[in-house]
Amino acid sequence: MNNFILFIAVIITGIALPLLALLMARLLGPRSYNPQKSEAYECGIPTRGDTWMQFKVGYYLFAILFLMFDVETVFLFPWAVVAKEIGVVGLISFAFFMLVLVLGLAYAWKKGVLEWK
Amino acid sequence: MFDFSKVTSGIHTWLSEYLSQGLAIFIECVAVGVAILALYAIIAIIMIYMERKVCAAFQCRIGPVRVGPFGVFQLIADVIKMLIKEIVIISHSDKFLYNLAPYIVIIGSVLAFACLPLSQGLEILDFNIGVFFFLAVSSIGVIGILLAGWSSNNKFSLIGAMRSGAQMISYELSIGLSVLTIIALTGTMQFSEIVAMQSSGWLLFKGHIPAVIAFVVYLIAANAECNRGPFDLPEAESELTAGFHTEYSGMHFGLFYVAEFVNLFIVSAFAATVFLGGWMPFHISGLDGFNRVMDYIPGALWFFGKSFFLVWVLMWIKWTFPRLRVDQILQMEWKYLVPIGLVNLTIMALCVVFGWHF
Repeated sequence: MNNFILFIAVIITGIALPLLALLMARLLGPRSYNPQKSEAYECGIPTRGDTWMQFKVGYYLFAILFLMFDVETVFLFPWAVVAKEIGVVGLISFAFFMLVLVLGLAYAWKKGVLEWK
Repeated sequence: MFDFSKVTSGIHTWLSEYLSQGLAIFIECVAVGVAILALYAIIAIIMIYMERKVCAAFQCRIGPVRVGPFGVFQLIADVIKMLIKEIVIISHSDKFLYNLAPYIVIIGSVLAFACLPLSQGLEILDFNIGVFFFLAVSSIGVIGILLAGWSSNNKFSLIGAMRSGAQMISYELSIGLSVLTIIALTGTMQFSEIVAMQSSGWLLFKGHIPAVIAFVVYLIAANAECNRGPFDLPEAESELTAGFHTEYSGMHFGLFYVAEFVNLFIVSAFAATVFLGGWMPFHISGLDGFNRVMDYIPGALWFFGKSFFLVWVLMWIKWTFPRLRVDQILQMEWKYLVPIGLVNLTIMALCVVFGWHF
């Protein structure tokens, strides 16, 4: 059978699973309203403010670093598939590509991006 | 070895005799969907039972024993309990994203689950870019976790989600690099071909040193990718209540819980498929009698045996090591695993090009 039809079928399955589970829980479970109950639990005492707030920049730096590396790994996949056939020529181009990757990591390391401060 | 593709093509010809082409395909799709749902639920239940028993054994307890023989019906009781709980939706949350989050987590997990070849001819999604597709869909889950944490409108959930995001995207890199190492060796990304290649020996042995290093790096990264074990910072219960799913109750929480456990199975099954031969029996080239005996054990048994062995190893790691700090987690990834992965990939490239592998 065509893989793409199956792909759509699997996506629909993925949507149906939580839908069915939540529907059953809605049917079987009790329902009652209480303003106290619908407050955020957090750690027991009432929450102050909302979550639109300043956040540690460290996460952002790691996300940028990830973006750079992940895109470069994506480019390595086609090389990996034909690595055996293209042989030494492919190896040399791979080495240059790898050099750029390693230089990027070394630069980030030197600049202290990898330190969690 | 029994080939299940005979069964599936038999069903297809049988259905298309009586029905039109479109209807036959529709019925087959429904059957596949029901099969995935059933298998997904069964594996979730087995995993939760296994987690309890293994955890109990590591802590010198006996785990659930009261409900049914060896406590096997405890999980049924838990499922019923989860179903009859009320779903509380907190008032200050972003309702749409709050309800969307479990769906995204489950969709990513189901799509990744459908990629795994269970036995010969018994794979649901068998793309020629299978491994790449697997990596892509298994990283959808992090979006669901970020949405869950952010939409809960709760500081601890947000911190848990951000930690989870940073950790999961970082460790994805290591998974990518270790998988690349193996793809350089196999020269194909299709799961069925990767498994078929391993009939003369598992890739862990064929690729010797770089493959073993890739396997270890993969196991560490996969454990972190599931937010488990020593890397369970996103839901560090002693500091963040329950992390990103603090505000979820009843079945909403149950979906996150199930996805977490099935993800653990999926990463183990992926490792079993790519490194340990999947459904391919253990063969030693030259010993024909031994290979013949091994062929009598069904493929699905090999697949699940290997997967659950790796699950057990990951549970062992979880219940043995103390939790890491967030800076330690990120430094371990970027300062140790990524450089190791890059060097390892270079070694494998040399091995492949100059033919230093088996």
